[in-house]
Amino acid sequence: ILLKPLIMKITRRGRNAALAIAAVVIVVGIPLWWKTTETYRAWLPFSQIGELDSLQLQLSVEVEVVFSRGTLIPELQKKVPLTETREQEHQVDAKTGLQYRYETKYRTATIMEDDALNQPTAQEADLSLHMLSESACGSVVVYIIPETSTLLPEGVTVYVGQRRTALLRTTVFQGRGGLKEVLSALHPLVKQVVDTMSFSHQDILASLSDRMRAGQISKESLADSMRAIKSSPGYEITFSLLNPDPKSHSLHWDIEGAVHSYIQPLLDKLTPIANFSVDSQILYYAVLGVNPRFDNSVSAYTLNADSLAHVINPVEARLGSNAASSNPVLNFLLYVPDARHSPLFIRDRSQKEVPSNAFHSPRWGGIMVYNVNDMYDSKAEFPVDIDISMAKVMGVFLAQLRLLLGVQKTQPPPGFLLQSPGSAGLADWELDRLLWSRSVENVATASTTITSLAQLLDQISNIVINDNIAQQVSSAVMSLHAALAELEVGDLALALQYSQEAILASEKAFFDPSLLHLLYFPDDQKFAIYIPLFLPMCVPIVLSLLKIGNEVRQRRADKLAKRD
Amino acid sequence: ELKGNKYNKNMIFIQIMLIINSFTPPPPNDQFQEEMVIRPLYSGDIYASFQFRTQWDTDFLHDGKKVSHYRLFPKSLGQVLSKFSVRELHISFTQGYWRTMQWGQPFIPSPPGAELWVWFHHTVTDVDGNWKELTNVLSGIFCASLNFIDSTNTVEPSASFKPLGLGNATDHRFLRYATLPREIVCTENLTPWKKLLPCGSKAGLAVLMKSEKLFHSSFHSQAVHIRPVCKDWQCTSTAWELRQTLNVVFDLYTSGQGKKEWSLFKMFSRTLTEACPLASSSKIYVDVTDNPGVNPLISTAVVLGDRRTYSVYDLTKKETFGQLRSLNLLLRWKGENDMLRPPLHAERYVSGFGLQKGEIHTCLYNSHPYRAYPVLLLDSLPWYLRLYVHTLTVTSKTRENKPSYIHYQPSKDRLRPHLLEMLVQLPPHSVTEVTVQFERALLKWTEYTPDPNHGFYIGSSVISALVPSIVAMDTNSTRDRPLFSSFFPTKEESSYFMRVYTEPLLVNLPTPDFSMPYNVICLTCTVVAVGYGSFYNLLTRTFQVDEPSAPLAKRLANIIRRLRGVPLL
Repeated sequence: ILLKPLIMKITRRGRNAALAIAAVVIVVGIPLWWKTTETYRAWLPFSQIGELDSLQLQLSVEVEVVFSRGTLIPELQKKVPLTETREQEHQVDAKTGLQYRYETKYRTATIMEDDALNQPTAQEADLSLHMLSESACGSVVVYIIPETSTLLPEGVTVYVGQRRTALLRTTVFQGRGGLKEVLSALHPLVKQVVDTMSFSHQDILASLSDRMRAGQISKESLADSMRAIKSSPGYEITFSLLNPDPKSHSLHWDIEGAVHSYIQPLLDKLTPIANFSVDSQILYYAVLGVNPRFDNSVSAYTLNADSLAHVINPVEARLGSNAASSNPVLNFLLYVPDARHSPLFIRDRSQKEVPSNAFHSPRWGGIMVYNVNDMYDSKAEFPVDIDISMAKVMGVFLAQLRLLLGVQKTQPPPGFLLQSPGSAGLADWELDRLLWSRSVENVATASTTITSLAQLLDQISNIVINDNIAQQVSSAVMSLHAALAELEVGDLALALQYSQEAILASEKAFFDPSLLHLLYFPDDQKFAIYIPLFLPMCVPIVLSLLKIGNEVRQRRADKLAKRD
Repeated sequence: ELKGNKYNKNMIFIQIMLIINSFTPPPPNDQFQEEMVIRPLYSGDIYASFQFRTQWDTDFLHDGKKVSHYRLFPKSLGQVLSKFSVRELHISFTQGYWRTMQWGQPFIPSPPGAELWVWFHHTVTDVDGNWKELTNVLSGIFCASLNFIDSTNTVEPSASFKPLGLGNATDHRFLRYATLPREIVCTENLTPWKKLLPCGSKAGLAVLMKSEKLFHSSFHSQAVHIRPVCKDWQCTSTAWELRQTLNVVFDLYTSGQGKKEWSLFKMFSRTLTEACPLASSSKIYVDVTDNPGVNPLISTAVVLGDRRTYSVYDLTKKETFGQLRSLNLLLRWKGENDMLRPPLHAERYVSGFGLQKGEIHTCLYNSHPYRAYPVLLLDSLPWYLRLYVHTLTVTSKTRENKPSYIHYQPSKDRLRPHLLEMLVQLPPHSVTEVTVQFERALLKWTEYTPDPNHGFYIGSSVISALVPSIVAMDTNSTRDRPLFSSFFPTKEESSYFMRVYTEPLLVNLPTPDFSMPYNVICLTCTVVAVGYGSFYNLLTRTFQVDEPSAPLAKRLANIIRRLRGVPLL
């Protein structure tokens, strides 16, 4: 009886001690452990990145429609100039929306423009219109010319020049219905012109292919976008002359002059898109990966379209990677078959000889076979000196380069006449098309990179996020916003610049080696280290807490029973 | 303005047409030579040395105009030269150690493992950055672990490595030197090396390079040397020279049952059928000094201070191959002549016991009977050997030999190695011993190699000297000489340049037990847990006097009784 208070006192003291220790462990120990084993994670703009995940693109095109003399009756002429804005919205999928804004200005031609349109040919008219005023990058000017005009040949309604102007031939609009009817009658044709000269919905969808599932894009534009090499700040273009038989052929090519006169003008034109560097090499004893079959009917060796896929790999081992830069490489190979396997012709799927004797491989480059067997007779002394006609070769390579760079060979709608780009290799509006699709592609790629990086960092809490990565991510997000804003305003050059910056920053952040450091530190090993300490410490605490809890419940039950 | 532009374009087009119409091949501004020397060694081994030389009259370092159109010169190396503004580049990969005392001197010496030294152009501002990137790029080109070259094994020698090409750059801030003594050379290094040749291994001398034969040898060394040279004898303009060399020593004496007989087929299991069609010269030299009167095609050359006689086979001539259209040289030799002892050789070893201290001994042998000459000794030691420089002693013939020049750069832990360079005068017919003591440092546990108990390799010492020559050296650089004798420029008749590498060292460092961190964690955790457990018990448990329970024997007896049904005790 005397012992009971003492025992009570002692048990209460034990209980207090257990509670105090548990409190110390929970209040001091766990936060301390948490703090000291924490990985450094800099702040990232997750909410802004989340917004980017659902991309709302707005593209604005400035269109100017100029009525030349004799296309509008005088009453209507008084009502122009006039500005009209049309908008078109497409919800591509749950996360991507597109909005096109066409700001169309209607006006009548100035006297000087009318004079320019009186030139004898469309080409000259195009040139003099260009001299009068230079239109901004990304804009389109459509001149409406009367049906009586002799500028365009028979059957052609639209002529697209080398710059950013198009000539559109229509009937004279009579007074019926007023200006509104005239404009709406004109609209489908103008829309077609703008689709050709700046972008069509399919082009933009193809540029967004990174973000979308297949099937939403038409096969043709998808093929175009898959053929074109991915957007990058720079490209290396390498021309290689493959001479598998230096004993018989001593080949000479004036690649320096050819690059200067054929390739460089195109590359100069493309400087806003990327930096290009060109080099060349000659590879001896380099052979194709397949043995061509001898065809008796034409007494020549032939390569079938199915076997072309196997040609590249063994050659590529010899090409050598570019040691000095990490930009993507476009390879153009000129293959001169050896004397015993000449001539060699490439055949397409319908077993017809390909006239250019060349083929290209998407995102890799092109190969051209150049037969020299008819340049010497069998009595010639080996090795034969052979000079390669660079005009022929470069014509093929230039066409392949245009394809690989994504300057699509647009199929013009019926009634359209596209002026060939001439010595520059690229018309202004073709460059604009490229700028539009590249900007949209860059924005799409950068936004997917950033969102997937954010997702990854969110999921794997082990990754250390250094300040420089946070900075790269923020600058990528900022550039992306700027690019979106510029696209909305219609300033194409700036939009491309910002989108390139965004891509650079996002890739730099994504591929930063510091992200890998703690990525592969597995949890089981971590706990193998913790268990010798944690298990013996936590078990008594948890057990005594359980016991105290039980006791408290027991006492409460006792009290209730007593009260009853 | 626009019209003018158009006119220009037309002009270019017309010019191109003109060139096409009146075509004669322009003289190429690059040329390629190949050469092989076969020398039977005194020990019974066969030394085969290949040299391939590409000379290109162009200037990579010229500002403004970029060189980008390659013919014979490999594009990958050309791009590296122009991107990193390299003035001179020497890289070698060697498997095995060149035994100077048994084999004489090699045409181009190299240390075991990988060696890289580069002179940068004086316009380079960030030499270290360029060096770092260059090593990474080269490691990709040659499939080697050159990316392990960093500041801890790179030095800037002040005197030992002078440029071998044109231009007398003396500012060693633009020089970087590094070795990887542990680098193992194998087929994967040979393949990219062969790819740099214009004919690859498809034609010419390179056909002989079958890797299973080349690596079944006592010594294998392949190298690439790039330097600016004179374009012609007037030296009005410069050209770039790329020399690719491959040196092999075959042990045919033991594998051939003691017969002193060799043939191309025995060594390489191939024969030659043609020269590389791109080569302007393609020759095989066979050293017949010790076996005179074998072949009428004889030429002599002074090489490495010795006049040797060679029989020459010109592969560009049809008659060389005979009726079988294949060339297989075969030679039996008596070869009892005494070898000309090289005037200089060196060896190195570590002495001492235990894992705390040690001493490096470097012995330099001057076997010239009456001439003393100075040598430059370069030692680059990693930071984890802490040198006691005050213990540095140089003795020859038991007397102290004070070096006339010492350049010492102390190491910084984990940042840079020791660099010790000195100019020592070697008395005639003597051994000079250089000793220095060191302490072995403890590394951090992540700094150890995967097999730390094997030891750590320390790169070779480099000894460079102008050695007095017995015969007059050929100083006329304009004369057409075989490639193997023209690598090191000779300026005077009485001496020639010689570089000797010592053996790499294998040093043991104190090595911990690597499971120790986990053991320590477990042990401390257990101690903490035990202490904590008893402390916790003391604090929270209550102690009561308990009724003494029945002794164990009685309890056992009761259990048995219960089983038997007998009353309990």
